[in-house]
Amino acid sequence: MSSTAAVAVHGAHAEPHAPGFWRTYIFSEDHKMIGKQFLFMALFMMAIGGLMAMLMRWELAWPETQVPGFHWVPEPFMYEGAIPPNTYNAMFTMHATIMIFFVVMPILVGCFGNFLIPLMIGARDMAFPKLNMLSFWTGAVAGVILLSSFFVTGGPAAAGWTSYAPLSAVPIYTGVDWGQNLWCISIIVLGASSLMGSINYITTIINMRTKGMYFFRLPLTIWSLFITAILLLLALPVLTTAIALLLFDRLGGTHFFLPAGGGEPLLWQHLFWFFGHPEVYIMILPAMGIASDVISTFSRKPIFGYRAMAYAMIAIAGLSWIVWGHHMFVSGMDPVLGSGFMITTMIIGVPSAIKTFNWLGTLYKGNIHYTTAMMNALAFVAMFVIGGLSGIWMACTPVDMYIHDTYFIVAHIHYVLFGGSLFGVFAGITYWYPKMFGRMMNERLGKIHFWITFVSFNCTFFPMHILGMAGHMRRIYNPQQYDFLKPIIPINEFISISAFVLGAAQFLLLANIIWSYFKGAKATENPWHANTLEWTTPSPPPHGNWPGTVPIVYRGPYEYSSPEVAEDYLPQSQLIEHHRDAADRRSR
Amino acid sequence: MLEYLYFPHDISTFGPQIDWLFELIFWIVLVVWTAVMITMVVFMIRYRARPGRKAEYIEGNSRLEIIWTTATAAILIVLAFMSRSTWADIKEHGPPGQVFYAVTGKQFNWEFTYPGPDGKLGTKDDIIVENELHVPVNKVVRVDLTSKDVIHSFYIPNMRLRQDAVPGRIIHVWFEATETGQYEIPCSQLCGFGHSGMKGNLTVESQEDFDKWLKDLYANPPAPPSATEGASPK
Ligand code: HEM
Ligand SMILES: [Cu+2]
Ligand SMILES: [Cu+2]
Repeated sequence: MSSTAAVAVHGAHAEPHAPGFWRTYIFSEDHKMIGKQFLFMALFMMAIGGLMAMLMRWELAWPETQVPGFHWVPEPFMYEGAIPPNTYNAMFTMHATIMIFFVVMPILVGCFGNFLIPLMIGARDMAFPKLNMLSFWTGAVAGVILLSSFFVTGGPAAAGWTSYAPLSAVPIYTGVDWGQNLWCISIIVLGASSLMGSINYITTIINMRTKGMYFFRLPLTIWSLFITAILLLLALPVLTTAIALLLFDRLGGTHFFLPAGGGEPLLWQHLFWFFGHPEVYIMILPAMGIASDVISTFSRKPIFGYRAMAYAMIAIAGLSWIVWGHHMFVSGMDPVLGSGFMITTMIIGVPSAIKTFNWLGTLYKGNIHYTTAMMNALAFVAMFVIGGLSGIWMACTPVDMYIHDTYFIVAHIHYVLFGGSLFGVFAGITYWYPKMFGRMMNERLGKIHFWITFVSFNCTFFPMHILGMAGHMRRIYNPQQYDFLKPIIPINEFISISAFVLGAAQFLLLANIIWSYFKGAKATENPWHANTLEWTTPSPPPHGNWPGTVPIVYRGPYEYSSPEVAEDYLPQSQLIEHHRDAADRRSR
Repeated sequence: MLEYLYFPHDISTFGPQIDWLFELIFWIVLVVWTAVMITMVVFMIRYRARPGRKAEYIEGNSRLEIIWTTATAAILIVLAFMSRSTWADIKEHGPPGQVFYAVTGKQFNWEFTYPGPDGKLGTKDDIIVENELHVPVNKVVRVDLTSKDVIHSFYIPNMRLRQDAVPGRIIHVWFEATETGQYEIPCSQLCGFGHSGMKGNLTVESQEDFDKWLKDLYANPPAPPSATEGASPK
């Protein structure tokens, strides 16, 4: 690769010499390296969050017994390996916080957003590379702060990832002191990180698209990241504000959420869910974008209803601001208001359905190649359907009165966040790995990982709907304390065993990532015969992304099996004469 | 075990309405899910890659988009209005109360306040009993729900009833039991280290049994409970 060419066209932030170790791997300003940094940070955090999940599953199936292999954990966290209630509360709090803020968001937004945006829109880097670096390192500091809370007296936060006040606002209520403060500080710092990231993404997508890359020629992955960045920009500050008030209540003697001083506990819930519902779409939209790209590529067909897909995402993003009250139907909020939120929630199901039907339409008359990436993307669709459909019961206010705060909700969360977001992540990793690391992943290992994960995932989370219907509350550490839950002990045992398989299977993914890095077959420029711009440069791309000039775009991203060419793909940047491309006509 | 793969036995007047809505949604979801999955699997098998074949170049179909958008919207909006009317029946215009209690959540017990011999709540002779709630069958019970410390949630699975107890607020709930028996009242909102295991017992009994129990209670009132426990975790 001619590095001189890269430097010559690199503009303002060109570096005259090859950067050294520190500037390449640690304090890198290259969006591709920052993307990988987010990936590795998230995989590391996933191991910790996953361990918490395994411990919780042990506790739920065999409550108040000693966890094998955990005798070394000091009191008061564990007693000879047995988990006391407060540790259990800390575990589900940290599990959810880690998975949401330090796994799903960093991979979907931090890793794919950084790695893909410049490459897919034809830019040499992000608009603000230094801000980008700062965003990652701020996020890493947030992670360190959160992990440090495991080591303070009283242990880490134990008020749930939703941190409902007053439980979270007064130390004696949980017995957790600095753990909760550090939780607050960590999320505030993370909020700063994501603010920097989102500003960068929005600016880059608006200003740095290459010639010919109109908005309606953007791959849906970029559309999804663009919309997600806007949600992030507007939602995270609300959470930051709420947490700042919570910290004042904890440390400054204020009473924003404490009724004793005239405060209002429900204020916290309104602020939290005003952030929280857009947040759940922040965690699914990029996966929807990724699944769209992968499904179109391996069906060798244009995505069905490209514009409908983009508009549906815009609709979801818009509606996500007016449904937050569906988390509060039984909170004491006015029931009439509850009805309003119920109607908006039903409506947000419509664009979700549109997306599903369009994915099916994409398969119709395709020529489907079952790569690991495709299988994960199809699993994404199938699992998202289940998660979306279970949302209807919960949106129905009278039914939610019964299933709120039960395992039915836990089932729903995991169908959308594991079945949805994480399968999207798996699809994305297997699809773009060759571009990121210059090597192909092992397909056989990938498929073994896929099948074990797919089966054990469903064995783990599907029965939770049944637990929820039986009335099994969430966030309890010993279901056997209740007579009405005794008959379903066997289901809890079955779930836990499946969960251990599910957890163990993730080592296959890790092994594949590491093995392929050293031993995988060398990746060519465009191993999947895909159309989008990232496949027009060597794998991995050089500094500055394209060795020569930046490609120019002539058409939309999904011209697979176009009648205009003999091959079954037609890259966005390929010039053909007299092209009568429909997508091109429309975007004029 | 099969009978446990469903809701707990229903003993409330509004329970059947809730279960009916659940089942209605169940059938809708089952039909939609089956249709989507069959379509998906059929497409996945029929259109698997074969050498020498090219996919058909189809970009979409506006008519189909309109059909499935309006169909989905219609189903969901009808469901929304059906849910709304049941919700309004339960939450907005419930029947007038016949028996009145105050219920207070605290870490980690339920305090049930019974009106004393004067029959009125909020007077000196009120009697507080921890974790034991007795109600007569076929009577509308109205409860003033609140909390002393954090948010708890008053949950009676057999009654399909759930309402958060929020400190600083009094929230009214009602229920009417249709069958006598013993049931549990778990707390269903995370309220601290003692959340798991926080539960009360509900006894639904005939009016005669209830009257007898109440007379005993008036004769030997339990000692008033200590203030909020707020114990520290072990
Ligand atoms: C398809 C339309 C969807 C509908 C109608 C829907 C509906 C709901 C409702 C009504 C609740 C509150 C239930 C309760 O707590 O009683 C809820 C909770 C939740 N939903 Fe969804 N949802 C949908 C999609 C999603 C998606 C796409 C995600 C994430 C990717 C998601 C993630 C969550 C989470 C994390 C919670 C639980 C939060 C908590 O209490 O900790 N949902 N959903
Ligand atoms: Cu929501
Ligand atoms: Cu509780």
